[in-house]
Amino acid sequence: MATFPEYIAQNEERDGVRFSWNVWPSSRLEATRMVVPVAALFSPLRERTDLPPIQYEPVLCSRATCRAVLNPLCQVDYRAKLWACNFCYQRNQFPPSYAGISEVNQPAELLPQFSTIEYVVQRGPQMPLVFLYVVDTCMEDEDLQALKESLQMSLSLLPPTALVGLITFGRMVQVHELGCEGISKSYVFRGTKDLNAKQLQEMLGLTKPAAAQGRGPQTAPQPLSNRFLQPVQKIDMNLTDLLGELQRDPWPVTQGKRPLRSLGVAMSIAVGLLECTFPNTGARIMTFIGGPATQGPGMVVGDELKTPIRSWHDIEKDNAKFMKKATKHYESLATRASTNGHIIDIYACALDQTGLLEMKCCSNHTGGYMVMADSFNTSLFKQTFQRVFTKDVQGSFKMAFAATLEVKTSREIKVSGAIGPCVSLSAKGPCVSENEIGTGGTCQWKICGLDPATTLALYFEVVNQHNAPIPQGGRGAIQFVTQYQHSSGQRRIRVTTTARNWADAQTQIQSIAASFDQEAAAILMARLAVYRAESEEGPDVLRWLDRQLIRLCQKFGDYHKDDPNSFRFSETFSLYPQFMFHLRRSPFLQVFNNSPDESSYYRHQFNRQDLTQALIMIQPVLYAYSFNGPPEPVLLDSSSILPDRILLMDTFFQILIYHGEVRNQAELHLFTKQFHLKENASDLIYCLRCF
Amino acid sequence: APPHSSQPPVSTAYSAAPPPSYTQAPPPVSSAPTQPPPSGPAASQQYYGSPPPPSQQPFNSSLPPTSQQQFTSSSVPPPPSQQTLPPSSYSGPQSFPPSQPPFSSAPPPTSQPAFAPGPPPTAPGSFPPRAPPPSSQPGSYPPPTSAPSCQYPGPLPPQQQPPPSQPFPYHSGPPPPRAQMPPTSMAQSNHLPPGPQGPPGPPGPLQQPPSQPGMQTGYPPQQNGAFGQVRGPQPGYAGPYPGQPNYGAPAPAPAPAPPAQKRLDPDAIPSPIQVIEDDKAKSTEPFTTGVRGQAPPLVTTNFQVKDQGNASPRFVRCTAYNMPCTADMAKQSQVPLAAVVKPLATLPPDETPPYLVDHGEGGPIRCNRCKAYMCPYMQFIEGGRRFQCGFCSCVTEVPPHYFQHLDHTGKRVDCYDRPELSLGSYEFLATVDYCKNNKLPQPPAFIFLIDVSYNAVKSGMVSIVCQELKTLMDYLPRENPEMDSIVRVGFVTYNKVLHFYNVKSSLAQPQMLVVSDVSDMFVPLLDGFLVNVNESRLVIESLLDQIPEMFADTRETETVFGPVIQAGLEALKAADCAGKLFVFHTSLPIAEAPGKLKNREDKKLIGTDKEKSLFQPQVGFYNTLAKECVAQGCCVDLFLFPNQYVDVATLGVVPVSTGGSVYKYTYFQAQSDQERFLNDLRRDVQKPVGFDAVMRVRTSTGIRATDFFGSFFMSNTTDVELAGLDCDKAITVEFKHDDKLSEETGALMQCAVLYTSCSGQRRLRIHNMAVNCCSQLADLYRNCETDTIINFFSKYAFRGVLNNPTKAVRDTLVNQCAQILACYRKNCASPSSAGQLILPECMKLLPVYLNCVLKSDVLLPGADVSLDDRAYLRQLISCMDVTETHVFFYPRLLPLMKLESGSLPVAVRDSEERLSKGGVYLLETGLHLFLWVGASVQQELLLNIFGTPSFGQIDSSMTSLPVLDNPFSQRLREIIDSFRAQRSRYMKLMVVKQEDRAELIFRHFLVEDKSVSGGASYVDFLCHMHKEIRQLLS
Repeated sequence: MATFPEYIAQNEERDGVRFSWNVWPSSRLEATRMVVPVAALFSPLRERTDLPPIQYEPVLCSRATCRAVLNPLCQVDYRAKLWACNFCYQRNQFPPSYAGISEVNQPAELLPQFSTIEYVVQRGPQMPLVFLYVVDTCMEDEDLQALKESLQMSLSLLPPTALVGLITFGRMVQVHELGCEGISKSYVFRGTKDLNAKQLQEMLGLTKPAAAQGRGPQTAPQPLSNRFLQPVQKIDMNLTDLLGELQRDPWPVTQGKRPLRSLGVAMSIAVGLLECTFPNTGARIMTFIGGPATQGPGMVVGDELKTPIRSWHDIEKDNAKFMKKATKHYESLATRASTNGHIIDIYACALDQTGLLEMKCCSNHTGGYMVMADSFNTSLFKQTFQRVFTKDVQGSFKMAFAATLEVKTSREIKVSGAIGPCVSLSAKGPCVSENEIGTGGTCQWKICGLDPATTLALYFEVVNQHNAPIPQGGRGAIQFVTQYQHSSGQRRIRVTTTARNWADAQTQIQSIAASFDQEAAAILMARLAVYRAESEEGPDVLRWLDRQLIRLCQKFGDYHKDDPNSFRFSETFSLYPQFMFHLRRSPFLQVFNNSPDESSYYRHQFNRQDLTQALIMIQPVLYAYSFNGPPEPVLLDSSSILPDRILLMDTFFQILIYHGEVRNQAELHLFTKQFHLKENASDLIYCLRCF
Repeated sequence: APPHSSQPPVSTAYSAAPPPSYTQAPPPVSSAPTQPPPSGPAASQQYYGSPPPPSQQPFNSSLPPTSQQQFTSSSVPPPPSQQTLPPSSYSGPQSFPPSQPPFSSAPPPTSQPAFAPGPPPTAPGSFPPRAPPPSSQPGSYPPPTSAPSCQYPGPLPPQQQPPPSQPFPYHSGPPPPRAQMPPTSMAQSNHLPPGPQGPPGPPGPLQQPPSQPGMQTGYPPQQNGAFGQVRGPQPGYAGPYPGQPNYGAPAPAPAPAPPAQKRLDPDAIPSPIQVIEDDKAKSTEPFTTGVRGQAPPLVTTNFQVKDQGNASPRFVRCTAYNMPCTADMAKQSQVPLAAVVKPLATLPPDETPPYLVDHGEGGPIRCNRCKAYMCPYMQFIEGGRRFQCGFCSCVTEVPPHYFQHLDHTGKRVDCYDRPELSLGSYEFLATVDYCKNNKLPQPPAFIFLIDVSYNAVKSGMVSIVCQELKTLMDYLPRENPEMDSIVRVGFVTYNKVLHFYNVKSSLAQPQMLVVSDVSDMFVPLLDGFLVNVNESRLVIESLLDQIPEMFADTRETETVFGPVIQAGLEALKAADCAGKLFVFHTSLPIAEAPGKLKNREDKKLIGTDKEKSLFQPQVGFYNTLAKECVAQGCCVDLFLFPNQYVDVATLGVVPVSTGGSVYKYTYFQAQSDQERFLNDLRRDVQKPVGFDAVMRVRTSTGIRATDFFGSFFMSNTTDVELAGLDCDKAITVEFKHDDKLSEETGALMQCAVLYTSCSGQRRLRIHNMAVNCCSQLADLYRNCETDTIINFFSKYAFRGVLNNPTKAVRDTLVNQCAQILACYRKNCASPSSAGQLILPECMKLLPVYLNCVLKSDVLLPGADVSLDDRAYLRQLISCMDVTETHVFFYPRLLPLMKLESGSLPVAVRDSEERLSKGGVYLLETGLHLFLWVGASVQQELLLNIFGTPSFGQIDSSMTSLPVLDNPFSQRLREIIDSFRAQRSRYMKLMVVKQEDRAELIFRHFLVEDKSVSGGASYVDFLCHMHKEIRQLLS
């Protein structure tokens, strides 16, 4: 067997899973003594170009409480056409279609290389993709123009059958009816009054009878679209014109006031519209905002410019009078959206805060994107937005919709919870731990929007009692079943089954220590810390983090008492303290010098990105470019600054470039080229600042 | 009667007293004596009054000027100008018989318009009309001579008389010849209504039944019959009367006449037509307003006005031009003191509209204390450095820039250069101080809100409106015809949600913005909703083309209403301007929204104490909304197209409170009602209108404006607020004494209306009016204007039904009128038998008109009158001026047998008796226009009018006459067009064939007859009044 690092890399490559421990302590007591819990970073849709779609449905364990999917770890009796569930040990008959099964004729799901496998569900209708643009019009003309262009461009990136809709808002909220001939229609709503889905449905004339009346004979043919959400191919021109004609909100803004921006109601209407037209169907609400909500439910600041938007200071002093109410509003929206599988993206481009703190749950709970930039007229926004629509080699969007993730565990282990862009589905079951970490108490989560990078942190609890030793060679197995709506409209199920060896911590502590994945552990602990920071006081989190680190050192470090210099850490732990060091001073735990919005934004990114990106966020990467060779990583230290170097620091959120003494344009040009290579390879968000 | 000479006090006495009356016949002669007919100029004329000259004298002296009508049952001497009606009619029958003979005999010559109760057949109580001209006019009547004796003749102008229902026997003989004398008869003229009509009937027509038949009308038989019957089975009044059969002539009437005979001859009672015609005849000179206390010609008369310091009667008409000096007098007489003001009235082309005066930055010069505006009543003193206010007597400095020297009479030398010093009506340019929020107003806006629910689309209303609006956009009101109107326009359609339209000129196509949250209305857009027509013409036309298409297939039947007005209001608020909403609405707003209504049509309530609730709005929402509208200067005009009950009483609240109008087209059908609707709409859009107006009436010490009637809102007791004020709206103002007035200074009133013109200019329109004051009741009665009084009474009563049982309102009216007349009888008429009904000359039509008010659909609904109609009429009357109320209550009925170019045929009285089977008549009420065709009309006439020779072939569903190339047809259509042009609402023509079912509707407007709903006939009502008066007197 290869080394652990190789094993980890291979596992990550194949299954998108990285465990904090790759050999698990076999009893509950021992597990708690490991300090870092048994946990995994799991990227449900990690890109697998080699994965053949399986055109049939998974075979499930027949035990009602189990329903695990047939996988390579199951024992199969080819003669009796039976298989034993490796989670509950239930013996199951193969379905009739598996009649031809034999040792030489195995279905893919039994092959070891298909520990991750993807089924394509054939039944059910093909669901359209739905994109609902929610556009703020209270912004400078230049910004609005840039935004309009981006939006128009995006239409060309959508599949022709995708449904699109447009809601614009300023002082009022307008829901645009699409595909009108001769006259453009829109429904207008007051920006100060929240409406529930039923009211909205009535007001938009979407109730069944009324709709039938309103549209007369044409109702029947197209149940899947309505006046507000129509296929791109049909209303492409119309919508392009409509976007082109968008004007800045015409209501006068007097000196010393902010424009009245009905963001809360606009989002509520967007959620309501989808709620009553496309429940449980993948849909993206893309919100573009140029400033904070200043009126109605969800307002985060008054329209008086002299009162600034809340700061951390205000919040600590309990002086942010709109915050609680607004947060509640957006939380309820997030709940409604996630219940129906809808994603809310927030593209906030403004110099000041826009209320991301209050709105964060909308993105965080629905798997939506949150983008913060200074202006829609920046390449940051433009490219980021464009990248949302990137496609894979098959030409499908990388994004996926309305997923549910179910975790099944073997008996010795239970799942405590998840931290990431998901919400609980409150599915109780035998594998749910009583001990909650993050979003717990369930073995199923809903992830409304996900892409290949979306990564959840899942925490487990070893429940095996100390006095019930696991038989030799026993393995703990975990199965991740991810059902989602592929961007082609298909329903797909991806099943990842993975297993780890048990080890008695008293006798085999070495092998457990050797299986430690310090990168994964750092991120897992960091997510936990951020999660606590969001819900608890900051300093306490830091203290907790410190204590955890100390305990880990106690447990796995070699030292002589009272002799600091004697401390030694094995290689598998050596980087961990450094990660913690950076984490402590990262914007994820420190709010100093960051606005509440920025903190929310950083945490949002941190909670959904995969391990590599998350590590960069915690500990920026510093590359040195010189003319003497390829770029090389150097230490995050002032000693790295040399006159003949160009330094590039990638913090994930920002790229900082130190020019050193670059002498001429040619050099700069060369550098820029290299930089672009880097940028393309990297993830979503970059902001280029040169100094 | 000495006075006679100076003034032709013409009093007509109708003495019904049997004995006397008979004598009268002869009396004519005798009467003559009393007032030397010839010698005494138009002295009083007596009918019947054989008599006692002496008695007259008293009258004469005191009353002379006033014209009166006396109805004396007994042979009372005819007081001078008075008409005496013999109460006899009732009591008298018996006595009549005898008298009759005299009449017949008397016939000829004596001009006496005595209305003797005809012989049995003829109406017993005859009312000789005797209306001397108002005292004020005396001078003008040249024909004094004619007076007494000629009475008949005068009035009789044979020519005029078309259908001669029989007037007075008297006329008969002589009249014809005298007919020509008309002018002379001036005095009488008023009274002599019968005369004219009575016409042909030569010799004692009345008496002889046979002769009647002769009457051209062909109704003679009816008359007789009718009367006979009437007596007995009197509908309304019959009951009571019988009890007191003899009012007037109890004593005298010894002879028990057969009941059938108890009748008043309709020709003998005061005839509106006669009064109208007489007034026309005497009003040949332009009316100058300089003389204080002078009553203007009647509203039915065409006359020119010269403003010499008082407002033209087109702007202000008063009930009394001679106000009693004290509150006691006023109370005693019960004559309402009121003025009907029509501030923005349109003047005929030959009269100059009010001049616009600019007093510069300081604004109009005003009295320091009472704030009255500079006017001819301000007295300049101290060489012109100060002026004393005519209203409150306070002395105010003249600002330097306004200083001018005085001439030797104490007038400013520039007096005649300045409208505000020499005219009764003029305008001031208002300064920013007079503007809301101290900001000059924005140009006003018109917002069209169109119902696009199923009914609206199906009836064709939507497409008609949209089509028409395209043209109308070019006819928005403007002051300078050369310029484009600056009024901006906006469009909204709605059913149970509202659709706003963005028609900004930069758009390629209009945008529709749907607001479905009607519970909390707001305006979804700012820019592009209200636009300049010229800039956005293409977009607007595109929109108006598309609206009918867009909703062609709608199935939405529910509508909202409150939010519609809110929407318009909010739009005006957002644009910070005043304006007008044109709402085109079809149905009861039952959709869930503020102002939602339920169907509460419950005819069972009619006649109960709860009836008033039917006139009240069913929810308070609209009152609140109206208040907000007024605050913003948002006037609402409502066009209703109901197919069923829509609750006009509630929907009309906002229009009525904002100075708007309600138009109602029940069962609207594109084909037949389009023309009427479009004409109304065009007129409504184009007519001159002011916005955001406030009217304040200031008066001189002693009286005070206490009550106001009309379409407006009042938030305090003095300011009449009108979100919109157009040229057709009139406000009736009631005055009460709060102190004594002096005869010397008279009473002054100044009505100032601050408004924003349709060109967006803030202005003050000032109307000044001075009237005389009197300490003698007789003077009061001599200078009243019955038409204006009726205007006041109708508005008073129609408002009364909101809070009182209808019956109580009716009783109050009758009471007050009885008191007015009784007071006159007691204080101004000569002592005479109690049985004699004596009416003041100026008010001799009060009973007939009052009866019309009492019989109106509002106060006495027939079974077929819907609640909506009543509410509609009630609201409609509330802002009518005198001209409109006059024709509304007493419709104009023209015989069309002969038409001459240049003049209209003389109207006939509104009674079926006046219709000839062989004739064709045109009747107009200001709202309706009927063409009645007799069953045996001549073929030639039919050919001329309809192009068909047969009565049976006339298509009674036609709404316009065929265009035929003959002079008759042309002239007839001309007449119809001219009628329509005179009225503020387009009248749809209904052709009614005699004995057709539709005739019922037509008959409803024959107001002198009994009505189906139980309204009394004129004759009966007069008797009833007489009874009431007698009760008061006794």
